[in-house]
Formats: sequence, structure tokens, C-alpha cells
Amino acid sequence: MVDIHAPHGSEARPGMGEPGTTREHHDHHELGFIQKYIFSVDHKVIGIQFMITGLIFFALGGLFAMAIRYQLAWPWEKMPVIGSVLFPNTGQAITPEFYTMLFTMHGTIMIFFVIIPLLTGAFGNYLIPLMIGAPDMAFPKLNMFGYWTMIPAIFCVFMAFIQPGGGPAAGWTAYPPLSTVTSAAPGSLSAQTWWLMALTWVGVSSMMGAVNYVTTIVKMRAPGMTMFRMPLTIWALFIAALLQLFALPVLTAASAMQICDRMLGTGFFTPTNLVVNQFNPETAGAAAGGQPLLWQHLFWFYSHPAVYIMVVPAMGLASDILSVHARKPVFGYKPMVYSMASIAGLGFIVWGHHMFASGMNPALGMTFMVATIMIALPSAIKVFNWLGTLWGSRIHLTSPMLFALGFVAMFIIGGLSGIWMAATPVDIYIHDTYIVVAHFHYVVFGGSVFAIFAAIYHWFPKMFGRMMNETLGKLHFVGTFIFTNGVFYMMHQLGMAGLMRRTADPYDYETYAHLQPLNEFITISAFLLFAWQIFFVWNFFHSMFWGKRVGRNPWRAASIEWDTPSPPGHGNFDAPLRVYRGPYEYASPEVEEDFVAQSRDLTGKSE
Amino acid sequence: MMRLLTTIMLLALLVFGLWSWVDYDYWLLGPSPAHYTWWWPEEFSTIGQDIDSLFYLIAVMVAVMFVITMGGLVLFTWKYSAKRQDKAVFSHGSHKLELLWTAVPAGLLLIIAFSQMSTFAEIQFASATQDEEGNDLPVHCEIWASQFDWRFRYPGKDGRFGTNDDFESPYELVLPLQENEEGDAKKLVFLLRSRDVLHSFFVPHLRFKRDAVPGMTQRIWLGIDDKQMEEVLATREEKSFDIICAELCGWGHYKMSGRVRVLPQDQYEAWVDEMTAQQFGNS
Ligand code: HEM
Ligand SMILES: [Cu+2]
Ligand SMILES: [Cu+2]
Repeated sequence: MVDIHAPHGSEARPGMGEPGTTREHHDHHELGFIQKYIFSVDHKVIGIQFMITGLIFFALGGLFAMAIRYQLAWPWEKMPVIGSVLFPNTGQAITPEFYTMLFTMHGTIMIFFVIIPLLTGAFGNYLIPLMIGAPDMAFPKLNMFGYWTMIPAIFCVFMAFIQPGGGPAAGWTAYPPLSTVTSAAPGSLSAQTWWLMALTWVGVSSMMGAVNYVTTIVKMRAPGMTMFRMPLTIWALFIAALLQLFALPVLTAASAMQICDRMLGTGFFTPTNLVVNQFNPETAGAAAGGQPLLWQHLFWFYSHPAVYIMVVPAMGLASDILSVHARKPVFGYKPMVYSMASIAGLGFIVWGHHMFASGMNPALGMTFMVATIMIALPSAIKVFNWLGTLWGSRIHLTSPMLFALGFVAMFIIGGLSGIWMAATPVDIYIHDTYIVVAHFHYVVFGGSVFAIFAAIYHWFPKMFGRMMNETLGKLHFVGTFIFTNGVFYMMHQLGMAGLMRRTADPYDYETYAHLQPLNEFITISAFLLFAWQIFFVWNFFHSMFWGKRVGRNPWRAASIEWDTPSPPGHGNFDAPLRVYRGPYEYASPEVEEDFVAQSRDLTGKSE
Repeated sequence: MMRLLTTIMLLALLVFGLWSWVDYDYWLLGPSPAHYTWWWPEEFSTIGQDIDSLFYLIAVMVAVMFVITMGGLVLFTWKYSAKRQDKAVFSHGSHKLELLWTAVPAGLLLIIAFSQMSTFAEIQFASATQDEEGNDLPVHCEIWASQFDWRFRYPGKDGRFGTNDDFESPYELVLPLQENEEGDAKKLVFLLRSRDVLHSFFVPHLRFKRDAVPGMTQRIWLGIDDKQMEEVLATREEKSFDIICAELCGWGHYKMSGRVRVLPQDQYEAWVDEMTAQQFGNS
């Protein structure tokens, strides 16, 4: 069979050497190391750069979490390892200022330097051209700048740590006046300005990425790749990019306003006659007459859509992985697309649910409540369709599949707890308690991070031409699943008991005194969860160089990225490409194999 | 092997997930205080009961959804293994099912949404601190938040603010038990203010929370259910309850505490006398 459209993987068994890889690259001159791997304009290299950067920051953000957990289990006790270096004056115990810095930077790093870069930066870059059949992004240079603007962002974050007074400490939400008035907290000296600049640079990076993704998806699909033949991953990344495009300008403007308040003496967020710690900004020539709530509106106008930027791509990845490894078409493809779109649409009119207790006009709270409760509907539809996909399927419990199943389980929990918080009278009690912490960790850690792990296991063979070790992958899943629930599930109950988040030492309160044993349990689970990731780290780096070599399509998947060699060369596809059908033709009665690749031409094939 | 293990793990999440809500003492890993019912502190405000029952209403629906979806996941993971199935069902979906699982949750969610409204209005709408004619109810005291303490300014014996018998109670908010003609607890209205950054006035036992926003004065109200309170007080030696700051306000946020104490009318008046004497000398 010399048909160039034939799916190369359909004959190849998993792990088998593959004839296609020997095909010569009708190619471009050799690039130097620097151009090829450092200042690369190749979307695949940029994607992997984002991935490695994101994973390094994941480790850093994780370390911060460990320090937070240590303090919550054993408040003010000698901090192992870092105690003697950082806190010589307090008997090696953490200081309260340091604690506020820890959770501020934990949140900031996880959201802006880990989840968003991993999902949109790494998988957005890597997968979009490959899955729609394009040789590269629409604007490869812009794409390269997208990665390299992360470097000033990283620089700003590191500068923020070494400012006098320590790192930023106003929370990842940076509510003024705590964040704007320098006398309010040591972290609100120059550190906060560096924090704001870091955020702005991350925004520039995301913006360049988003412009690229939207353009590429709209303009550069292979012949035959209609919008409704795109894999859900691509739909998800498309929708997330649109969210970025519409929401991000608001955050950028808001950060600029906060920088102005801090440095130029404007008073967007500073009310009149404010005296913080015996200091009135007006006496230093600053303007006032502003409104602290204005920041909250602007911030959440971005940051609520941002939580969907963090989960919609994860939904797409999980949908694809479930379908491939369950050998069954995605159930309700179009409802899946529409529900993601309506999550995104509704996502713009629910930001006020973070402000039910803020003093915002309660009539507004009422409307935000209805919109928020209704956003649970598309989430529910997605869960039902994932279950529909699994129904009657043939599940292969590979590492990517396990993490994708884990994703569904976690998203169920995270989605359901959202309903309590959306209900205003109930939220008045649970707002800013550990229920909120449980909720967003179920969606962001259980959801997004599990999907990221699934996607890494799934696309690693494409990225590096080698498999990750399956046994280690499964081991990684088992521990991660158990300890994740060990860490986050009982936080719901802590929240019911009223435990506030961002509290360095809760046990002096009568209300919280009995919660310490449970917190110790959570902390121990967290340490185990953190340590368990060694299986992943080892597997990832070891497999990169010594993993088993694979052919083009080790998972026998139907979407077109598997038509390329593993790893794909510059320009991606080594043969002309045409798409004939949707991406999920598994178990199709049309053919004998259990899937029909998107690019396979069945015309003239009669049986 | 992996199939069994995965199914068990998912099933365990389903079972423990439900059980941990039910069996309070077991999962807390330690003794729970007597003034707790179920997972939360016993409430004694006039609105607390409504809030709690809304929570339980949602809890029932959430539990049903949780069992259906997690149950499905457990079942399918077990049942549809590649080892036991020759070929998957070739299906791209079902219009009927989509309609079903759009319409039913939509209905349930709307029920949830609409059932919240009257309680929320009662808590936060401006009318909640006004009488029938729309006049503002008199203010009991002003609550001032600042880094890192709570201060409560009382109008003093004349009941008017800005006169020279106003006094201030640091740390402790003292409330009288007052009833109206029908014998119901009277609403106590407060002005909530911040001197510096954001704070949040949180009383877990009263199910109340509101941010104190600098530059903004908020009228809030609390109502004490005296019977309910007697029951709670009977379970404990402490006669007052925690006030906690619920909005990050700086390094000392964790220790920005206060207490709230409720006294019968006569004892309350004695307390006012005492505070006045303390702050102005005996005159
Ligand atoms: C079923 C859909 C969801 C509903 C109804 C919902 C509802 C809510 C509500 C009402 C809050 C505010 C709670 C409070 O502060 O009192 C909240 C917080 C939060 N949600 Fe969700 N949510 C949903 C899904 C998600 C998803 C998918 C994500 C992320 C991927 C997410 C991430 C967050 C985060 C990060 C916060 C906390 C922000 C902070 O205060 O730092 N939520 N959610
Ligand atoms: Cu939100
Ligand atoms: Cu505070």
C-alpha cells in the first residue's frame, strides 16, 4: 500500500519501529544549536520550553505549599531545612510576614507560572499545529517572543523576593489598600511593584500566544479539517485563547492602575482620609477618592475567566485521552463544544461571585448568583458526556487514561462544591474558608494538573520519540490520587467548621482549636504527595533519553498529529495531508481495525 | 490488577467522600467541642437556621449528583475493560440523553437559585435594616476594624452618637437580648467600617460575614435567637464567642480576633454603666 494518506500507525503495533521514520526530510538547512533549541521559532520546541519551565516552577510552588502546610500543622515550630537560614531571629520558626508571602507566591506561581503556561503555553503550542495539520504557528516569531517574554516575568518574580521587607504578601488577589499603601505591609514596599510587573509580562506572553492560537486555528487548518472535525483539545484551546483575548486587557489595565497608585500618586483604589499604620498617603502628595472595590471588580473580571482558562484546555485534553484509551468516540461531540463555549460565555458574567461578602450591591449579588449557579450546567453536561464516552467502551488503563479518569473524578467533586459557594446565603458563611480552598484545589490540582499529567504521558512519545515507563506511570497515579484526596478532601470539612484561609496560626481561636489533628493529617498527606512526584520526575527525564523508542502512533490514535514522525521534524508533516472525518472514529464498523484515522481515505475501499 | 485497584480507589473516594460528612467524630481525628453540631459550630442567630437549611438542601442534591456521577465512573471503569469487551459500542452520542441531562440539572439548579433569594435579601438588602416605612433602624453600635484589632463604639446612655458619653469597647462586642412586641428577637443594626485596609467581620456562630471596606460605611444587622443561644451556652463554660477577621489584612491577620457576648437587658445596662464609669470616671 503506497497510499500516502494512509494512517501510518494503523499497521504499526505499539512500540514497533516504523518505516516512516526513515523517510528523508525534504528539508531546510541544518540549524545551529542555539537557533534550534534556544531561540527557536518552531512551535514544538517552544511548547517543550514552556513545559520544562512550567514544571520547574511547579516544583518551586510545591515547596512553598510544603512550608505552608508545615506551619498549619505545627505552628511556629522550627522549620526544617530553611529555618536556620531564613529565620535566625525567631528560633528558626517561620515569621507571620513570611507566611503571608508564602501563600501569596504559592498562588501566583501556580496560576501564572505553572498552570496557564503548561496548558496554553506548552500544550497549546505543541498540539495546535500538529492537530489541525499546519506546519507551524501563523506567527512563529511572535510565538518565540511569547516564550521569551516569560523571562522578564521570571526576572520580576525573583526581584520581588529579594526586595527589602521580603516578597509580595497581599495574596494572589492583591486587594488594595493592603497592596497599594506601602505602610500596610512589608510586602507592599517595592516587592508588590515587581509582582505587578511580573503579572504584566506574563500577560504580554499570554496575549502573544492567544493571538497566535486563534489565527492559526482559524486560518491554517489542513484541507478537510473543518471546525467540527477538530479534536476537542483544539476547541478547548481555541476557546481559552478567546477568553485570554477578551479578559486579559482588563487585568493589564488594572495592574497598570495599581502600579500608578503605588508609584505615581494616583488614587484609583485609595479612599479619602485613609490612614494605614499612622501613614496617610495623601500627606505624601497622593490622590485619593478611589474605591477598593473597583480593583476587585477588575481583578475578577479577568481572574474568573482565568480559572476557566485553567480548566477548559484540561477538559479538552481529558476528552481526547479518554476517547483514545477507551477506544470509543467522544460521546456528544457537539454538546461538548457548545458546553465549553457556554462556560466561556457565562464565565464573563459571574465574576461577582467572589464578592458576595464584599459590600457590593446585593441586587448585583443576586444576578451573579443566578449566573454562577447556571454555569454548573455546562459543567454537568460535560461530566455526563465523559461518562457517556466510557459507557460501552474498551478501557485500556494506561497511565494517561488513569490520570484522565482521575480528572473526571476530581472535576465532579470540584464542580459540585461550586454550587454551595454560588448560593449567596451559604457563601456568606463559607466564603474565604477552607471550603473555597478545597473547591479550587479539586478543580485546579485534581482537574488541571491531573489532565496535564495525563497529557504528558499521552503526548510524550510524540514529543521525544520515546515512551514513558508505564509501570512507573501507574505507580505515580496511584499515590497521586490517594494523597491528593488525603490533602484536599477534608478541607471541605475544615471549611464547614469555619476555618479561615490565609491564617498563619488558627488554633488560638476557640472555634478552631480542635482542628489541629486533622491539619496534621493533611500536612502529612501533602508531604507524601510531594515526595511521590519523584516517580514522575525520574520517569520524565529518564524516558527522555532512555525510554523505549516508538513509531508514529503508539496509542493507535485517530487524530492527525500521530501521522507525523515521532518526534516530528521541522515543518511537521512529511507527506501531503487531507482530513476526511472527525477525530474520534474508534470502533467504527467501516473498517476492521478499531479505528479510522482522520487522514485515511476510505473512498474506493469496498468491502 | 490495575482495573481492580482503580475501581477500588474510585469507589473508596465515593464511600469515604460520603461517610466523612456523616460520621463527624471519627473523621475529625480528635474530640470535637460540645457546641458543635455536625461539622459546624452551633448557630444561634435568627437567620442561621435558614442558612443552614439552604446548605442542607443543596447538600441533598449534590449528594445525589455525586452518587450518580461517581457511581457511573466506578461502574464503567470496572465493567468496560478492554480485556472483557471485544469491540466498543460505536456511538457518537444521543440527542435524547443530551436533552435529558441538560433539562433535569437545569431545573434543579434553577430551584437552588430561586430558593436562595429571599434569605439573601433578608440578610443584605437595604430594607433589612429599615422599618416598614423605609426609615433606617437606629444603630446599636459602630464596628471599627483596623490592623489588627476590632473596636466597638457605643452611643452611650443617651443612645446618640457624637455626644460626649460615647464609649468604646475594645475586643468585645456586647449585645443585649431584646424582643419586640411579638416576643421575637429584635434586629440589632451596626455600622461596619475600616480605618485602614480591608478586613472582614466574621462570627461563625452567627453565620455572619461582611467585609469592612475603607471609605465605605455598611449597615449590617444581627439577630439573636435567645432559646437557641441558651442551648449553646449550656454546652460550654465560655460565655462569649469568636469574632474572626476573614479578609487578609497584613501579617497580623491571623490574630485579629474579638469576642461577642450577649447579655439579658438588665445585665447589659449594668455593663453600659460599668463601661461609662471606666472611661469617664464616676460623675
Ligand atoms: C461548577 C462550576 C463552578 C462554580 C459554580 C464555581 C463557583 C465558585 C465560587 C462561588 C467561588 C467563590 C467562593 C468564595 O470565595 O466564597 C469560587 C472560587 C474559586 N473557584 Fe470556582 N466554581 C466553579 C468551577 C471552578 C473551576 C472549573 C475552577 C478552576 C479551574 C474554579 C476555580 C476557583 C478558584 C481558583 C476560586 C478561588 C479564588 C480565590 O478566592 O482565591 N472554579 N468558585
Ligand atoms: Cu470565579
Ligand atoms: Cu484580617
